[in-house]
Amino acid sequence: MTHHINRPHLVVIGNGMAGCRAVEELLARDPNRYRVTIFGAEPHVNYNRIMLSPVLAGEKTFDEIVINPRDWYDGNGIELVPGDSVTGIDRAAQTVTAASGRTVRYDKLLIATGSDPFIIPVPGKDLPGVISFRDMKDVDAMLEAADKGGDAVVIGGGLLGLEAAHGLTLRGMKVTVLHLMPTLMERQLDEAAGWLLKSELESRGQTILTGADTAEILGTDHVEGVKLKDGRVIPASLVVMAVGIRPSTALAREAGLAVGRGIHVDDHMITSDPDVLAVGECVEHDGNVYGLVAPLWEMCRALADGLVEAPTGYRGSVTSTKLKVSGIDLFSAGDFSGGDGAEDIVLRDASRGIYKRVVVKDDRIVGAVLYGDTADGSWYFDLLKKQEDISDLRDLLIFGQAFAQGGGQADPKAAVAALSDDAEICGCNGVSKGEVVACIAKGAASLDAVRTGCKASASCGSCTGLVETLLAVTLGDAVQSGPKTMCKCTSFGHDDVRREIVVQGMRSIPEVMQKLHWSTPDGCSSCRPALNYYLLCALPGDYQDDQQSRFVNERMHANIQKDGTYSVVPRMWGGITSPRELRAIADVVEKYDAPMVKVTGGQRLDIFGIRKEDLPAVWADLNAAGMVSGHAYGKALRTVKTCVGSEWCRFGTQDSTGLGVKLERGFWGSWMPHKFKMAVSGCPRNCAEATIKDFGVVCVDSGYELHVGGNGGIHVRATDLLVKVATEDEAMHYAAAFVQLYREEARYLERTAPWIERVGLQYLKDRIVEDEVARDTLAARFWYSQTFSQDDPWAERVAGDAREQHAHMAAFTPIRTEELA
Amino acid sequence: MIGEWLDIGWLQEIPVRGSRTVPVEGGEEIAVFRTGDDKVFALVNRCPHKGGPLSAGLVHGHSVACPLHNWNIALATGQAKGEDKGCTPVIPAKISGGRVLICRASTLKAAA
Ligand SMILES: Cc1cc2nc3c(=O)[nH]c(=O)nc-3n(C[C@H](O)[C@H](O)[C@H](O)COP(=O)(O)OP(=O)(O)OC[C@H]3O[C@@H](n4cnc5c(N)ncnc54)[C@H](O)[C@@H]3O)c2cc1C
Ligand code: SF4
Ligand code: FES
Repeated sequence: MTHHINRPHLVVIGNGMAGCRAVEELLARDPNRYRVTIFGAEPHVNYNRIMLSPVLAGEKTFDEIVINPRDWYDGNGIELVPGDSVTGIDRAAQTVTAASGRTVRYDKLLIATGSDPFIIPVPGKDLPGVISFRDMKDVDAMLEAADKGGDAVVIGGGLLGLEAAHGLTLRGMKVTVLHLMPTLMERQLDEAAGWLLKSELESRGQTILTGADTAEILGTDHVEGVKLKDGRVIPASLVVMAVGIRPSTALAREAGLAVGRGIHVDDHMITSDPDVLAVGECVEHDGNVYGLVAPLWEMCRALADGLVEAPTGYRGSVTSTKLKVSGIDLFSAGDFSGGDGAEDIVLRDASRGIYKRVVVKDDRIVGAVLYGDTADGSWYFDLLKKQEDISDLRDLLIFGQAFAQGGGQADPKAAVAALSDDAEICGCNGVSKGEVVACIAKGAASLDAVRTGCKASASCGSCTGLVETLLAVTLGDAVQSGPKTMCKCTSFGHDDVRREIVVQGMRSIPEVMQKLHWSTPDGCSSCRPALNYYLLCALPGDYQDDQQSRFVNERMHANIQKDGTYSVVPRMWGGITSPRELRAIADVVEKYDAPMVKVTGGQRLDIFGIRKEDLPAVWADLNAAGMVSGHAYGKALRTVKTCVGSEWCRFGTQDSTGLGVKLERGFWGSWMPHKFKMAVSGCPRNCAEATIKDFGVVCVDSGYELHVGGNGGIHVRATDLLVKVATEDEAMHYAAAFVQLYREEARYLERTAPWIERVGLQYLKDRIVEDEVARDTLAARFWYSQTFSQDDPWAERVAGDAREQHAHMAAFTPIRTEELA
Repeated sequence: MIGEWLDIGWLQEIPVRGSRTVPVEGGEEIAVFRTGDDKVFALVNRCPHKGGPLSAGLVHGHSVACPLHNWNIALATGQAKGEDKGCTPVIPAKISGGRVLICRASTLKAAA
């Protein structure tokens, strides 16, 4: 190639995707401008790195992913130095030196060293059998391990980790994915899509542990397992770390180039040295580093333009992601921090496993997440990149390109009217359009009436929109709006949601939102606390409480007051206290400067004015004196008020204080639809005011009158007498059955009084008094759920659980202006 | 050197759909929120209605419901949503390399 020798010499470090692409772009513009030499650390010609996943999965061979074969290098007079990494750059002499000792002089140098996988610095990280997922060598190592079968652990539930896990599963390994965050691929997916993805992967046999923090990799001369910070140990003969990448900048840094997170480049991909350029994952442009190929293509174009002196410049990239796991369609692009005026358009179709979310701001798309149906991904991405005005398409945008641009179908009413009579409307219950119309003709004038009449839309609800349109088409203005929906996020009412949770066995908030077609990405302040409660009630012991779905009082386990401080009420069982407890309370009042301590309406002592940061310390002091939380803040059992009863009072017929203590010890900690109060009075003089409590006992000579549904609130309501029993044990048993019925059937934030007025006292009597079997099962369910709920939340917090809820994240002391001068 | 951004900690230190506070000496407290889709926002920790601590509210979408009377405040603008009128000062915030950064100048203003 002697005729090349007088051309300037371009030396490229890195035979990867960006390095070779830059050379291709350059050749396309001017094949005779430079003499090119490429150094590559890997012993291969240039291949498509993103196709390593299909190679691992057995869907492609290495030969099929080669981008530029040997002929390309030879034919273009490029000298490839494979399997030899560059170890130093001498910018003064304009030379690079490789591991083999070979030194070459350059006129222009292009650094395209890509990224290094990030290895979390835990003990055991260097054991044989621990690998990353970056190049062909890693794939070979995985294939070799998979041949022996056994267990694999993939650390990292991002794009790379999930592709590795998929490949290893297909190769016959039993795979566990450990992910630190609560949601898989949290940077690309919102919680709803993350949940769908997790369910799908689990149904393929993978174990996915989220919130899993690796403490240590176990083994002596080869990996044997992974230990988590919570103590769990997962056996593994192969550990793949795919927790992230870092721009490979060591060479550039040692050569004295400007380096931040990546090698600094300008719009023409020129580094701080005008003769040195850089492209790909190793660079930082305008504060951004990229880990995907699409931006590289744009960078390579700008670079080549610059090298042939027709500068266009690179302006940064908007990126999109797809997961290359066969059978899983997932697409994510753009930004979700919409800010002012940003709106979410959400479509969920549970039966088809589809979730779509498009974020729109000022009539422009700013972000999109698609799961299950990604056909329109590129269309949304195109609209996003071009910042096109979508106001005309808005109503139909979420249905995709064909629908939104398909003129004739644009009126959904006309489309529904045009359906044939035997077209299926409700897939779950197999109801046709004809049947729905017949049901409406028979008098069903609301969504709810249709649901009860012919079952359409009564299950998953995905056809709710269709049914509503049919109602509108058939009845016009005569449509009655349905019962109140739970909130603006759903078309279902509370009772429907509760029923579906139980019938469909739903287990988490995202699952409910997906299956019941929530129209918001993560609900609102009305539905989230309700769903959290419904799930807790349906799945005691199984459902993990979602702290962020609780109101502040329950989250902080104290009552927020108007000035933002909190008040704290320790439990005093049945209203009884002791010198030790009183002393502890008095000490707390003094130590934390509480401005007031007050006896509450429920016979407890309330300490006011505690600062959020001091709460854990206050609890620790109260715990030390044997006191636990009074739940005075919760939708939960609060107090059991008592009178002094037969022990002291001359009128007392039974031990009302003793029974009150028993009740409180048995029922404390149970979460309810609303706050719940009890009382026990020793005789009909009723000093404990038991007849305005949710559950009240009035002791009489012959036993115990059990009263329910009292309320001292805005609308005072006296109790109804439920039943009279002879023994304390019976009183406890009926109380459990009543409380459980209330817990299972009342709507969230419905107190017992309105609930009983809604369902009728007779209904309670039928279930609890007449039906012995129902009574026993209700009570049994209550006691079962109590086995999970009687932990003191204060003690948990003091032990450090969720400490971050109380402490400041950081503090800031402004530097005075005079110090700045 | 005084940068434009204050580094206040790792993103993971804020619970998802939760918030943390940053007191500013001699001034307002700042509430830093993390949303369900892992974005961060910061507001002065004071509801435009009656001064409720927004950091104690329920975060949903890109809004927070004030813990005192349930006004909904847009995290990006500090504006009360719906029928309610009022605005809480916004402190520009961003994530960089997993760290949460808030705008120094606006933080100083909150301290003034
Ligand atoms: C398994 C896998 C799946 C992926 N899937 C996708 C996807 O679906 N979509 C997507 O957009 N992106 C994907 N990516 C990311 C994509 O591959 C990268 O963004 C892209 O390869 C970056 O190109 P690059 O040239 O900057 O780095 P690389 O392609 O990594 O090239 C850098 C090269 O430089 C070499 N090198 C480093 N230091 C030296 C040295 N001192 N001397 C000589 N040579 C050196 C390295 O050996 C390497 O060959 C995936 C990555 C992996 C690993
Ligand atoms: S309710 Fe009856 S037993 Fe109890 S204190 Fe009053 S009078 Fe005495
Ligand atoms: S103080 Fe925030 S809503 Fe009233």
